Amino acid sequence: MDIYSLLIQLLNGVQYGLLLFLVASGLTLIFGIMGIINLAHGSFYMVGAYMAFTLASLTGNLFVAIVVGIVLSVLLGIVLEWALFSHLYKRDHLEQVLLSYGLILVFEELRSLIVGNDVHGVALPAIFDWSIPLTPTLSYPVYRLFMSAVCLALAGLLYVLIHRTRLGMMIRAGASNREMVSSLGLNINLVYRLVFALGVALAAFAGMIAAPVSSVYPGMGTQVLIICFVVVVIGGIGSIWGALFAALLIGLADTFGKVLIPEAAGVTVYLLMAAILLWRPEGLFKRVG
Amino acid sequence: MEATRNTLRRIGAIAAVGFAAASLLLPDGDALAQQGKVKIGLMLPYTGTYAALGTAITNGFKLAIDENGGKLGGRDIEYFTVDDESDPAKAPDNANKLIKRDQVDVLVGTVHSGVALAMSKVARDNNTLLIIPNAGADEITGPLCAANVFRTSFSNSQMGIAMGKVMAEQKKKTAVTLTWKYAAGDESVGGFKESFEAGGGKVIKELSLPFPQVEFQSYLTEIAALKPDVVYVFFAGGGAVKFVKDYAAAGLNKTIPLVGAGFLTDGTLEAQGEAAQGLLTTLHYGDGLNNPKNNAFRAAYMKAFKSEPDVYAVQGYDAAQLLIVGVNAVKGDMGKRAELVAAMGAAKLDSPRGSLALNRGHNPIHDIYLRKVEGKENKVIGIAVKNLTDPPRGCKL
Repeated sequence: MDIYSLLIQLLNGVQYGLLLFLVASGLTLIFGIMGIINLAHGSFYMVGAYMAFTLASLTGNLFVAIVVGIVLSVLLGIVLEWALFSHLYKRDHLEQVLLSYGLILVFEELRSLIVGNDVHGVALPAIFDWSIPLTPTLSYPVYRLFMSAVCLALAGLLYVLIHRTRLGMMIRAGASNREMVSSLGLNINLVYRLVFALGVALAAFAGMIAAPVSSVYPGMGTQVLIICFVVVVIGGIGSIWGALFAALLIGLADTFGKVLIPEAAGVTVYLLMAAILLWRPEGLFKRVG
Repeated sequence: MEATRNTLRRIGAIAAVGFAAASLLLPDGDALAQQGKVKIGLMLPYTGTYAALGTAITNGFKLAIDENGGKLGGRDIEYFTVDDESDPAKAPDNANKLIKRDQVDVLVGTVHSGVALAMSKVARDNNTLLIIPNAGADEITGPLCAANVFRTSFSNSQMGIAMGKVMAEQKKKTAVTLTWKYAAGDESVGGFKESFEAGGGKVIKELSLPFPQVEFQSYLTEIAALKPDVVYVFFAGGGAVKFVKDYAAAGLNKTIPLVGAGFLTDGTLEAQGEAAQGLLTTLHYGDGLNNPKNNAFRAAYMKAFKSEPDVYAVQGYDAAQLLIVGVNAVKGDMGKRAELVAAMGAAKLDSPRGSLALNRGHNPIHDIYLRKVEGKENKVIGIAVKNLTDPPRGCKL
């Protein structure tokens, strides 16, 4: 492999990793901070992608679609938390798994009823519809670079939110000791509702921003779900930095696995996960407390 | 049928005294077989990803039967329908239900190769007539071939064989292949490699990724570094849409032509848009195929179902056409299996796709067309291989 190919593959790996981070960050928030195992997280990704498709066809502009989509997904998160998940905080994980698995089926069926089972493409916004030539044969789509930049910016924002704001402090406190926080007079239920809505919105946003390059198709959520759990588990449950680091690691491992050992491309990330968990069973960045 | 008749006679013998009078009123077994309805078991996907394909096949099948007066060999028809859900785990049960409970005379199905493999096993075990209207797994008409198993669609390697030949004729020297790592993809790519290398080309790298992953960026980088004369791929559905768009976004389509099996651009052009324009694919059907049978078929299908027929509808239509030839040859007596199967095996069908015959393994011999994407259509621009027949490797018929 010459140096150009190597660098481009590196770029591919980082770009894929950043997108994974965006989806997985919502999962690590809900899973790590609220202690809810949410198998429907992939469905939120799918819902986002389909919203991008339908809203972009209606409004003719992907960015308008994304803004409307974010509002809708925050509402969806609030309603789901209020109606379903808030009843499960004190129950065990199996019941959460059952509920969220049920939600996967419900969302798939709704998707089938509302939009149908066809594959759809989402048009790129005109200003990003070009590529930068890197070598005589290969160009790099600008939109992918834009996606990476957005993912990085969001990682920074999330870090600031969790570690540098008052709300973040409440979230972290709630994760350590729910009863203590509420006895101090803070409305912990509201905090949880916001965190859940944020998690849903992050997944849906990932689906929306990825829609032009991934296209939208039935079952897209389940594909993403598994790799997201890998990211969250490797990164250390509940850790934003852990998720970012693990997502980049998975992105690179997957990319170079496909190129260097194509026969084992399907298992490289899982081997990596097994190795890391043997070394650090709590994941790379275990949350303190 | 034979078993039923024997059972009936045995019960009849035991109860002969008591029911002597009543039994006089019943027609005997042979007359029943002649006059009763022909039972057809349709085992196809009616829900899930392939639901549209299952419906198109069913529509095509019923259209051909209706054009035949709604009868088979002079007998009326009764349909038994099962949704196979494209789930191989449920396939043996579903097939057995149709065969044992509903006692169908012929089984028709299905789309998914895994399900079709299970069906072909059940059909062989029970010696039930089976017609496959889509699933392309090579082995069904290869090592697993059987006298009572027929296919009216295609086998996976056929499209690859056709495209490999065309690319070799275009004096392409090197190729890279890319597919999902599963049977259909491997067989399609295998066919391409076989004929491309026989024509003097060389496949310099065979890439594959696990089904159904769609992150192609690293493979595109690899292809750009290898700089082959042509890239042959096997993808369908969502993967096909994404690959074609990624390939164009990477700018590879300007220097390295992308070609593939027809599924790459079938039913996906709406989503692929500009990125798919000009792509060459091979399939046994396409848009703008101008023969009298096809024109009549398209008009009749539009009239009956208010939608445009596709390649799957054609395959279902031909499944029924094949059955009609067989049942007519024995004048509706499904008990004459050897003659029925011989007639089907020797059938020369006038299909909307062109002429259709079957090889020794009961796999289609048909023209494979070279098609070019123009707008929202896969325009037929020529015949890639005339009367393509893939060797029925390992078939002992």
